Amino acid sequence: MISFSSVCKRYPGGQEALRDISFSVEQGEFAFVAGHSGAGKSTLLKLIPAIERPTSGTVLVGGQNVAALRRTALPYLRRNLGLVFQDQKLLYDRTVYDNVMLPLAFSDHAPKEAARRARAALDKVGLLARERANPIQLSGGEQQRLAIARAVVNRPAVLIADEPTANLDAESASGILAIFTAFHQVGVTLLIATHDEAMIGRFARRVVRLAGGKLAAS
Amino acid sequence: MRAWLRQHRQALALALRKIAAQRSAALLNALVIGVALALPAGGYALLANLVAVAERIAYEPQLSLYLRPQAPRAEALALGARLKSDRRVREARFVPREAALAKLRATESLAEVLAALGENPLPDAYVIHAGGSDPGALNALAAELRALPGVAHVQVDSGWARRFAALAAVARIGIGLLATLLAVGLIAVTFNTIRLQILTQRAEIEVSRLIGATDAFIRRPLYYLGIVQGLAGGILALAILWGCLEALDVGVRALAATYGSEFGLSYLRPADALAVVSFSSLLGWLGAYLSVSKYLREIDLK
Repeated sequence: MISFSSVCKRYPGGQEALRDISFSVEQGEFAFVAGHSGAGKSTLLKLIPAIERPTSGTVLVGGQNVAALRRTALPYLRRNLGLVFQDQKLLYDRTVYDNVMLPLAFSDHAPKEAARRARAALDKVGLLARERANPIQLSGGEQQRLAIARAVVNRPAVLIADEPTANLDAESASGILAIFTAFHQVGVTLLIATHDEAMIGRFARRVVRLAGGKLAAS
Repeated sequence: MRAWLRQHRQALALALRKIAAQRSAALLNALVIGVALALPAGGYALLANLVAVAERIAYEPQLSLYLRPQAPRAEALALGARLKSDRRVREARFVPREAALAKLRATESLAEVLAALGENPLPDAYVIHAGGSDPGALNALAAELRALPGVAHVQVDSGWARRFAALAAVARIGIGLLATLLAVGLIAVTFNTIRLQILTQRAEIEVSRLIGATDAFIRRPLYYLGIVQGLAGGILALAILWGCLEALDVGVRALAATYGSEFGLSYLRPADALAVVSFSSLLGWLGAYLSVSKYLREIDLK
């Protein structure tokens, strides 16, 4: 499903974020990307939706080399990926419901179908009762769940989350992981970056471990 | 096709919602555009009225034809018959030299001079009204008449008409220049509005990009925003112009009445009004296009 081969990423200025990374994640797999802050986890995740492009090497998503995709093709790649950003990127000028509606606006659904999907996504993360609230009124855990709802509303085959449990208390964090587990059970491929070793320990899942931009274990 | 229509309806609805959210700012923008457009449109309307008046009251091209002095009266009358049979001549009025002299004698200061001459120095003459008002045809007719036997001199009295036409052309150029300058200003106004809109929506644009919005999806509502603003400005311009012409019309009618005329100002023709509205919408789109192209690329580079 997702395959990295000999991927290097050097940022302008010379900082080398990733060095010679090769691994692949099969369809339906649930994998953690682990490592300390600055190990290159975020960079690695950003290469998949082509938010960043590798300096060398190839990144295949569903057999397609995303590093070589033209700019105009990117939206169609990203629609098939559910992305949960480290800083969530919620929009605070609109309701919870409208935040979830955002990806549906440009994926061309009939209005009724869009509304149905948005409510289904909110229901899955337990926020249906808060649909009229503004994201600013939500707790940290609820905001994270909203970010997940927005990522899955288009029913992507792959869900990619960058530090989804950072800054959350243990209870909220396990709530988030329960949601991810539920998606995994219906066949969604998951790739979750975290520095929380305790959490990784609790789940017996595959771990892609980065250290200093290099692959330490996979 | 249905998806395409839906996308556009959606973008328009989005733009209208943004406008509704910032009603006062949108109204001010439309007002700026309206006032600016009302100026050249008003100039055009007044000029059109003026040209109409000029054509109605004055533009009777006239030729004065003088025969040789002392030419026999029979020759003059034969020439008259010849003129009347010419289709290009609508009316040829004979002015016998005696009548011309009598008219001059009526002028006090000239009476003594004429008495001193003893003999009538004036020739017989014809005042000719041509059918058309085309200066070229008029000059051709004059040249032809000059070649007739017994004709001493033919004068074309189209100087006034030519001067007026030239003046109207100058006014038209002036209005065109004014319109061009203001059009540039309007593009700048829309450019800035859309720039502010992009800055306000920055977070939304960034997120949308990241989760799969196409450029077209992001650009479309902004284009509609520019078009709607231009359209509103154009409609306001027509309203302002209408109000001003109505106000002026009261005075103009009073003035015309003193000349025994029922003349009043007329509004822009429907085609011209439509042109004003389309033009302002086009300017709105253009301003939005330039702004979107510049600032979305800037967001892209970040």
